Order: sequence, then structure tokens, then C-alpha cells
Amino acid sequence: MPQITRDEVRHLADLARIDLDDAELDRLAPQLEGILDAIASISAVAAEDVPATSHPVPLSNVYREDVVAASLAPEEALSGAPQVEQQRFEVPRILGDEQ
Amino acid sequence: MSDQVLSFEDALERYDPTFGLEVHVELNTETKMFCGCQNAFGAEPNTQTCPTCLGLPGSMPVVNRTAVESAMRIGLALNCQIADWCRFARKNYFYPDMPKNFQTSQYDEPIAFDGYLDVEVASPDGGSETVRVEIERAHMEEDTGKSLHVGTSGRIHGADYSLVDYNRAGIPLIEIVTKPVAGTRASAPAVARAYVEQLRELILALGVSEARMDQGNIRADVNLSLAPAGSGELGTRTETKNVNSFRSIERAARYEIGRQAAVLEEGEKVFQETRHWHEDTGVTTSGRAKSDADDYRYFPEPDLVPLAPSREWVNELRTTLPEPPRERRARLQAEWGFSDLEMRDTVGAGALVLVEQTVAAGAPAQAARKWWLGELARRANETETELSALPITPADVARVQALVDARTINDKLARQVLDGVLAGEGDPDEVVAARGLAVVSDDGALSAAVDEAIAANPDVADKIREGKLNAAGALIGAVMKSMKGQADAARVRELILEKLG
Repeated sequence: MPQITRDEVRHLADLARIDLDDAELDRLAPQLEGILDAIASISAVAAEDVPATSHPVPLSNVYREDVVAASLAPEEALSGAPQVEQQRFEVPRILGDEQ
Repeated sequence: MSDQVLSFEDALERYDPTFGLEVHVELNTETKMFCGCQNAFGAEPNTQTCPTCLGLPGSMPVVNRTAVESAMRIGLALNCQIADWCRFARKNYFYPDMPKNFQTSQYDEPIAFDGYLDVEVASPDGGSETVRVEIERAHMEEDTGKSLHVGTSGRIHGADYSLVDYNRAGIPLIEIVTKPVAGTRASAPAVARAYVEQLRELILALGVSEARMDQGNIRADVNLSLAPAGSGELGTRTETKNVNSFRSIERAARYEIGRQAAVLEEGEKVFQETRHWHEDTGVTTSGRAKSDADDYRYFPEPDLVPLAPSREWVNELRTTLPEPPRERRARLQAEWGFSDLEMRDTVGAGALVLVEQTVAAGAPAQAARKWWLGELARRANETETELSALPITPADVARVQALVDARTINDKLARQVLDGVLAGEGDPDEVVAARGLAVVSDDGALSAAVDEAIAANPDVADKIREGKLNAAGALIGAVMKSMKGQADAARVRELILEKLG
């Protein structure tokens, strides 16, 4: 059965950029464990001939033709931006790697 | 802080380099990978976006058929297998240039896998050898937006804030990953460079990308590790990101060989990390360590259904492939009548496609080779740019040669025409007109200049009258000088001989 530690929850919180204090970690770790246990019970009944499901509907090969559609006007595109400068989205200082 | 670097020769004496390359190719489809926004370079910021590529809630992606087709054609041209079923996956990480907070990519089910590209490189003995670079996979993904860092430094470090343009977000990318290439020893940097050059050639022949490195259509990451010479082991690798010219690929590989050797010589361990290449100083610097940040939590993309390209489709695409690179080079060499050495230099200079296009625009092959590998290669070298990034087109070069052949200009003036085109003064005809470079073949003006030259050099004139025709050179020189190089030398010679003959 899954064992999820406090450290793993802390790591997940870091990846998700969620700031959790010690009390929250203590409370959430067992909860996550409960969720994983529940999911694991499905694995217990799914035999090996049941493939893991990523898509609920058995559909494949849906394509879009390579034809230009209308884009948003820049004012519309930027309308949800907290700050705009030079017709660009202004974002806080980026720390770390330039991609 | 700069790193210790061992000389390339010393490093190779003690260590064997192994490298791998990840090359991103931006496709030239009309639209983006998952939405109908236009895929075009250089538009005003944020004019090519929609809810899908901005990652707005509720938007749904649909994959571009042409992009999938291009991905499969690239895979087939690289001798890959094409998956009969595969999915997209979400690669989760936070970065402002990626508005969804995940990149739609492929994870363990790439569309193409297990291929190879036979790369020709110059061998130390002056001939050429073929190195087979094995392809691990080619998968589909999307590009990110472009950040502009605002602050005194103008770079990411020390920036106050950043401005993001999402026009590029969602543009189709094919990432082509090689298997580790071992055993190339001192040729490793040259093989790495030749692989990317010849991959670019193939991409151009396929017509699936503009393939301009200066516009970032092709971007390479260089993975490199060292192991003790002869050990057959695989050392810890570094990944040098965004090395964006052929020359830099070779330089970055050389630099990492020297740097890692120095680390190992100190008895230290090479740190597995991302490194940044600095074009200006020719060094790599430490980026971030491979760590938690690489925990991308890939999972199958639920909003895009699986792809199951039919074998009929794949076979149909197979018939659209360009001829394989080696056969293509052999054919071009025969058509152009180049010697092995001329061909090797042309390929080595990254000028094969340029010469081909110049010939297609009407220039004789030897003339095309002469301009690209002579005058233009010299200028590219001076400005430390790639030949293909020079602001002159093969059609321009063909036109310059046509002007020479028509005796409108001579070789010397042709160089000035190239100067003008490179300086952005327009096409060759415009430069000739604006700079007044056409040679004078108008008999009136030439005749007067010839008469002057004869009058000023009676001894020479006498010699010619006596039949010593070689002496005409001195008079031609005098005429050229008085006409500032803009006389039609052949016509001048005819006039001299007419007058004195």
C-alpha cells in the first residue's frame, strides 16, 4: 500500500509552488495517502488485460487542417494581464534559467 | 569566475569524449501546433494568440495535421520507425513564457524512434569519413513565448521584471534526440557540428522548416561527457543549452572537453548540470543543477486524443522524401563538376545549399562556389556569422555573376556590389545604379581615355606598334586607373589594338 511521507508532500508542494507550514504538512500527508489508497483499490480489481486508461472515449486521429483562424486582437489578449508594457505581458522578475 | 580548461590535445590524450545532441526544429506550417493562430516570424507582439495558446481556461487544443505529417517525414528521412500509436504528454513546470504551466510534448511514446543519419566529416588525413549518428527519437512539442528582460543588465540576471510575447507560444517544434555518440575522439566537435549542418540540409530538402539558425528555427543543446581514455565507460554529462550556430556547436563541444578534463584532472567530479553557452567569450557557465526542477510529472495529455497514423499514410509520406543526403551530395558533385576537395570544402563551409540555390538561380557552379567560399566566406568570418546568415541571398549572388558575365561589372566592382548588398543598400542592380558601379563600355568615353593613355606612354605605344602585344597591359592599366576601375577591360584592349595595330 502507498506510503507517502511528509517530505514527499513538501516536495510536491514545492513543485506546485504552494507554501505549506508544518501543521499543514502533518494534516495533508495522511489525506494524500488516503487518496492513493483509494486509487490503489482500483488496481486491485483491474486485471492485467485492462490497459491503463488515459482517455475515457476510445477516439484517435482527430486533426485540424493547417488553415489560419482569427487570433485575438492584442488588446483582448492582454486584457487579463495585471500589467502591460510594450504590448507585452509584464511578469515579475524571473529567477533561474532562461529557457 | 572562470573555469580551468585543459588544452584540447591534453584532454584527448587522457579522456574519450561522448556527445549527444538535442535539436529543436521549428516547423514552417501556416498555423501553430494546437490552434489556428498564424505561425510567422517577426509579427508585432501578442498579435498571434488565442485562448488556446494563451492557456486560458476552457480552451481545447486540436493537433495540426500538417505538423504531424512533417514530424513523420522528418522521422522517415532519419530512417526512424513511425509509431503506430502514440500520445501527447504534459510536461509540467512553471515558467512565465509558458502560459499553461505545462508544455504539451511527447514523453515515452514519440512519433518517431530508432533511426540514424550518416554524417560526412573531413578526416585528419584530408579525405572524408562517414560517421553514423544514431537517432533515439523525434517527438512533437510546442515552442514557448519570448521574454524580454527589463533592467539595467538587459539579461535575466539582475532584471527588474520581464515582458512576454506569446506569438511564439504553440509554434510546432520537433525535437530530435541522438543516442550518445562515442569513439569519435578528436573529431567529436567536428562530428557534432557536421551532424547539425547535415540535419539542417535534410530539413531544408524536406521543406518542413525555414531552418534559419539566426531566427532560432533550429536550436541545439549539446550533451557531453568524458571517460578515461580507452575505458569504454560513460562519464557524467553536462547539457549546454541553446547553442545556435554551427560554429558555436563545435566551439562549445571543444570547450566542454577542455573544462571537464580540467575538473577530472583535479580529482573532482563533473557536476551534472545545465550550462549556458556564451557566444561572445566562447565559454560555458554553470546553469542549474539537475534536481527537483526536473521533476516534470509527465502524464498523458487528456485534451488531445491518441494518434494512430495508418501505415498507408506513412507509406504515402515515404514517397515524398527527398533523396538521401549522401546520394544528393554525390549527384550535386557530378552535376557541378567539383573535385573531391572542392566538394569537401563546400560542405565543410556549410555552403552546399547556398551553392545549390545559386546555381538554381542561374549561376555557373564554379562561380557560385567562388563567391560563397571566397569573398563571402571571408566576410562571414570577419563578422563571425554563418554564411547562410549573411544578409545576401543566393539569387543576389547569381545576379552579381550574371552582371559580371554580361560585362556590366568586373570582378573588382562585383566585390563592391557585394559590399552594397551586405550593407542593406538593395539588390545588386540597385547597388550598381546607386553607387554608379557599371563599367564603361561606351566607346566614346573609352576611346578618349585610350587616346590619353597612348599620348602619355609613347614608348609603350611604340612597342605595341612593333607587335609586342604584351605591352598592351600597361596601357590597359593606365586606362583602368583613369576610369577608377570602371572600364570594360576587354573592350579597352580591343580599342588599343585597333588604334595601334
